[in-house]
Amino acid sequence: MPQLTDEKIIWMEQKASEIRQSVIEMLVEAGSGHTAGPLGMADIFTVLYFHILKHDPTNPMWEDRDRLILSNGHICPVLYATMAHSGYFKLDELKTLRKFGSRLQGHPHREFLPFVETSSGPLGLGLSQTIGMCLADKMDNGKYSGKQFYCLMSDGELQEGNIWEAMMLAAKEKLQNLTVIIDRNSIQIEGFTEDIMPLEPLKEKWESFNWDVRTIDGHNFQEIVSAVGEAQAVFTKPSIIIANTIPGKGVSFMERNYKWHGKPPTKEEGEKALKELKGN
Amino acid sequence: MLNPNVKLNKKMFNESIEQIAIRRGFGEGLVIAGDEDKNVVGLCADLNESTKMNLFAEKYPERFVQIGVAEQNLAAVASGMAAMGKVPFISSYAMFSPGRNWEQIRTTVAYNNQPVKIIGSHAGVSVGPDGGTHQAIEDIAIMRVIPNMIVLSPCDSIEAKKATIAAAKIDKPVYIRLMREKTPVITTEETPFEIGKAEIYFAPPMEPQVGIVATGALVHKAILVAQKFAEKGVSVKVLNISSIRPLDFEAIISLAKESGAIVSVEEHQVVGGLGSAIAEVLVQNHPVPMELIGVHDQFGQSGTPNELIEHYNMGVSHIEKAVERVMKRKN
Repeated sequence: MPQLTDEKIIWMEQKASEIRQSVIEMLVEAGSGHTAGPLGMADIFTVLYFHILKHDPTNPMWEDRDRLILSNGHICPVLYATMAHSGYFKLDELKTLRKFGSRLQGHPHREFLPFVETSSGPLGLGLSQTIGMCLADKMDNGKYSGKQFYCLMSDGELQEGNIWEAMMLAAKEKLQNLTVIIDRNSIQIEGFTEDIMPLEPLKEKWESFNWDVRTIDGHNFQEIVSAVGEAQAVFTKPSIIIANTIPGKGVSFMERNYKWHGKPPTKEEGEKALKELKGN
Repeated sequence: MLNPNVKLNKKMFNESIEQIAIRRGFGEGLVIAGDEDKNVVGLCADLNESTKMNLFAEKYPERFVQIGVAEQNLAAVASGMAAMGKVPFISSYAMFSPGRNWEQIRTTVAYNNQPVKIIGSHAGVSVGPDGGTHQAIEDIAIMRVIPNMIVLSPCDSIEAKKATIAAAKIDKPVYIRLMREKTPVITTEETPFEIGKAEIYFAPPMEPQVGIVATGALVHKAILVAQKFAEKGVSVKVLNISSIRPLDFEAIISLAKESGAIVSVEEHQVVGGLGSAIAEVLVQNHPVPMELIGVHDQFGQSGTPNELIEHYNMGVSHIEKAVERVMKRKN
């Protein structure tokens, strides 16, 4: 990973804002979809695609690329927007989100959009698949293949039992090139995670499962980069970064409001949101 | 009147016919598949020995992953391995895989179209003393409704070996159902096996009056029944369906046209399995009276395999009576 300079940070802040604007525009056009998660994760996606990931948008099937698996597939608007902004496909295509025949399905489908590593949507499946990829890679290339495997998950998703099975396996196999990033925005469909099904003490749970755990501000590029760098330097355990985020980040009337989890902005709301985002 | 073209075991009607567990055929087949393709890998949910994946795990320990008692993880991890170019076989009891992990299989294997091979052992009531919770009699139904999924049901250990090797070679998701008990080896190494093709195993020289369409270990019983009828001068043909999906529509329709009456035989609920699949084909192409042999809307229970097969009306006498009933219904 290259050094994170001040210039790069400023550049990425602008890029993240552009991605947020694309998210708002595509959701207004689609008329359905999820808003809070994509806005909250825009900074992490920006720094992953523009600084951390070893990948090549002009050669998306490059064998040695890092793998990024989005387990909470419902936040795909930010995945699609980031991929478009980084050159996987034209920005124009973003307005086809959720439409019949679109490559940009409501939840990512690997057969429609070959640039995604797997289909997702039903929660709790991504970590197992990422582990499978790590294990296959280890069989072929030994412990130090040079690839990094990132699994992005939501906090609400951790309520699925399958994930705990996966957590145990990753630790058993000491998958040191596996890094999980949790979107710890504390919301889910019906309300706040700690009211619906409390996850705390979350850090301690992962530690007791023999993972290396870090907690960061998910909107601070330097913290994100440092945490990933530190995780990569741990060779005895898989790593998890619990990224505290603000759902709806960037749009004042959406921030911290769980009701924006699963609905798109109306045209008017979208215009208000874009005004705010462009103002920054 | 065994069909000579398919080179079945000549000891078909002997009491001393070889008896080998269908699951053993899978175990041997996986080793052969592993010899032929270094990308074949195995994953198991703590049931190596009883699913016979232990044979592969012992020969290729570096290509085996022990998942522990976590069948949902089993399926999704395999999907990830397939995404990196592996040909993963996952094994457990059918009640747990695909029973417990059906959605993981649907989403991460079939919807992703990854070539994961799901091995569901201990299918049917003949699992025996373990009882109803361990006897999968719904697995054909829940797997044949998934797009992209190939569903195989071998009739003996030799066919299971061939099915396993064929599954490894085809770039698609596959489900193979296996049985626990030792059952008659009715085929030979020379008997043809092809995904999507059904073969006539028993064919008297006269036009058949009834066609029996059978799958799994009960094919042997279907043949015994056909032989009994032949000795009485009644012609009954037996079709072995080891490929439930894709189904050999032509062979089924042809048999219905020839015979005018069909009996389906499976160690599975009569709802949703082979019988239903046959009925779907015939009702749309060539409807004929049908009788369905299988479990009628009950769960399994403890017992010996033979006791249970008889109790749930899947024995030789039950198949015979079904043949007689369907013949009467022809008029």
